[in-house]
Amino acid sequence: MAGSMIEVQAVAKRFGPTTALAGVDLAAEQGRVLALLGPNGAGKTTLVRILTTLLRPDSGSARVAGYDVVADAGPLRSMIGLAGQYAAVDELLTGRENLELVGLWYHLEKREYRRRAQDVLERFALTEAADRLVRTYSGGMRRRLDIGASLIARPAVLFLDEPTTGLDPRTRNDVWRFIEELVDAGTTILLTTQYMDEAERLAHQIVVIDRGSVIAQGTAPQLKAQLGGAMLEARVTDPSDLDRAAALLAEVGDSPPRIDRDQQLVAIPTPGGTTLLLAAGRRFEEQRIALDDLGIRRPSLDDVFLSLTGAPATPGAGHGSPEPPAERSAVTR
Amino acid sequence: MSSPSIEHPGPPPARMTPRNAARDTAGVAKRNLLRILRTPQLIVIGALQPALLLVLFRYVLGGAIRVPGGSYVDYVVPAIFLEAVLIGGMTTSIGLAQDLKSGIIDRFRSLPMARSAVLAGRTLADLSRSVLSLAIMVGLGLLVGFHFHSDVGSIIAGMALVITFGYAFSWMYAAIGLATKDPETAQIAGILPFFVLMFASNAIVPVATMPGWLQGFARNQPLSVTIAAVRTLLEGGPAAHWVWQSLAWSAGIFIVFFAISLHLYRNSTS
Repeated sequence: MAGSMIEVQAVAKRFGPTTALAGVDLAAEQGRVLALLGPNGAGKTTLVRILTTLLRPDSGSARVAGYDVVADAGPLRSMIGLAGQYAAVDELLTGRENLELVGLWYHLEKREYRRRAQDVLERFALTEAADRLVRTYSGGMRRRLDIGASLIARPAVLFLDEPTTGLDPRTRNDVWRFIEELVDAGTTILLTTQYMDEAERLAHQIVVIDRGSVIAQGTAPQLKAQLGGAMLEARVTDPSDLDRAAALLAEVGDSPPRIDRDQQLVAIPTPGGTTLLLAAGRRFEEQRIALDDLGIRRPSLDDVFLSLTGAPATPGAGHGSPEPPAERSAVTR
Repeated sequence: MSSPSIEHPGPPPARMTPRNAARDTAGVAKRNLLRILRTPQLIVIGALQPALLLVLFRYVLGGAIRVPGGSYVDYVVPAIFLEAVLIGGMTTSIGLAQDLKSGIIDRFRSLPMARSAVLAGRTLADLSRSVLSLAIMVGLGLLVGFHFHSDVGSIIAGMALVITFGYAFSWMYAAIGLATKDPETAQIAGILPFFVLMFASNAIVPVATMPGWLQGFARNQPLSVTIAAVRTLLEGGPAAHWVWQSLAWSAGIFIVFFAISLHLYRNSTS
């Protein structure tokens, strides 16, 4: 029977003068992936820390796997797994020792944790490195071991705090496949990410959080639909043409254009179809404005993120955001 | 929007039993012992500090210090034994601060392990390093002319007292590590109580040579009391008075800092 494995109601948390969470509500069904999306300092990690019993909320309530995160913190810890943003594995132990100890701390019997450690090593392609010190592991191997350690007890709910931050694309794909397998096996997963493509690929439900509040939620298509339709984009060859191009598009369409000077890009909403595109093309030719590119682009999750938070998504996230890293106000975790 | 929350899936998790708490602690101790064995350079450096102090006081300063009765080497070596275990205890604060910083304490705290296991396992593993360091100091002490003047039973009792005191103090260092959350800060903060206790004491010079206002503290503070007990046990003579005082201090220090450390651990955030 499906039900809410994670239920968060009006959870708030302050650190001194900083509001980390300003009353968050969310819910995740069993066997589903909920992605918590937001810029640095949005409160993602604070929420994960509350749901994994590491922090107490100031107000509000949260239940995970049916257990209250404050009142039933003890029993709840047996039901959850946590893999952190910083791979929390012991460098001076071998991969196998790390896994076996975590199994022991989940109170599995020796025979059982040894068998499960071996399973995890095989599944995460770490058998060859199993008896080497973690110090000698690559970043990707550490992350796999970290996630593997969180799976030793076969938790009902798994928390992954930015599981692929800093990983190379190939290892990232591996981690994604592991996550999909877990979900197929019925695990409920809450994952935080700054990567749109990660959320889009893995999550059944996306919750966008900024400055401690949920500002949008839904499936990826639902979130994109909020932004409206497609955009007509023109990329000028010569930056000095940018304002003329904007004026031209404003004339053709009937809404104010968006200008991105770094990208030498001008964009307006379009109802789709080619009428507007062809009209714009003719006008650019008449005005002799040289273009590198002219086309229709459907909104990406990046655009959603940008319009919701006013900040571009993480550099390198997805295809639509080749902007340089944006400065954001840092909020203490 | 949300369906009703599900009932607890699977069998209810077992309550914390004494057996599980002991296994948790043994697991943490094993983890830390493996770490100690795999950083032998730290064992060497840990033993080097008291060894240097021993040489310093025996050969450099010792000639200028007069002690009533006996020789200076017999006076100072028991104090060096205690220095060895106190310096060993400092590794507890540094290690815990490192664990906090690396995020591994977060993992520990998210696991269903006993709350005291991380601290108890850590202090027990560090104790083994202190005992090794103490053994080295006994060897070195004998090498530079120290002599035991009492029976085997008293000598064993004296060593046990040194270890008990060192273990109690490692809980103070645990609290320092958890409070500072940073290995470098923990190291500097840990040296302060060590200096105060070591120099405002009977460790190096007789308390009678100090100004009057300092004598009361220097005579009755926990380290002085313990050094007096250990000296008497190793040199022979009625020691019970000092031994009981030392044990009382150790028990008090242990209880107070166990409670403080556990509180800090429960509320720790990296």
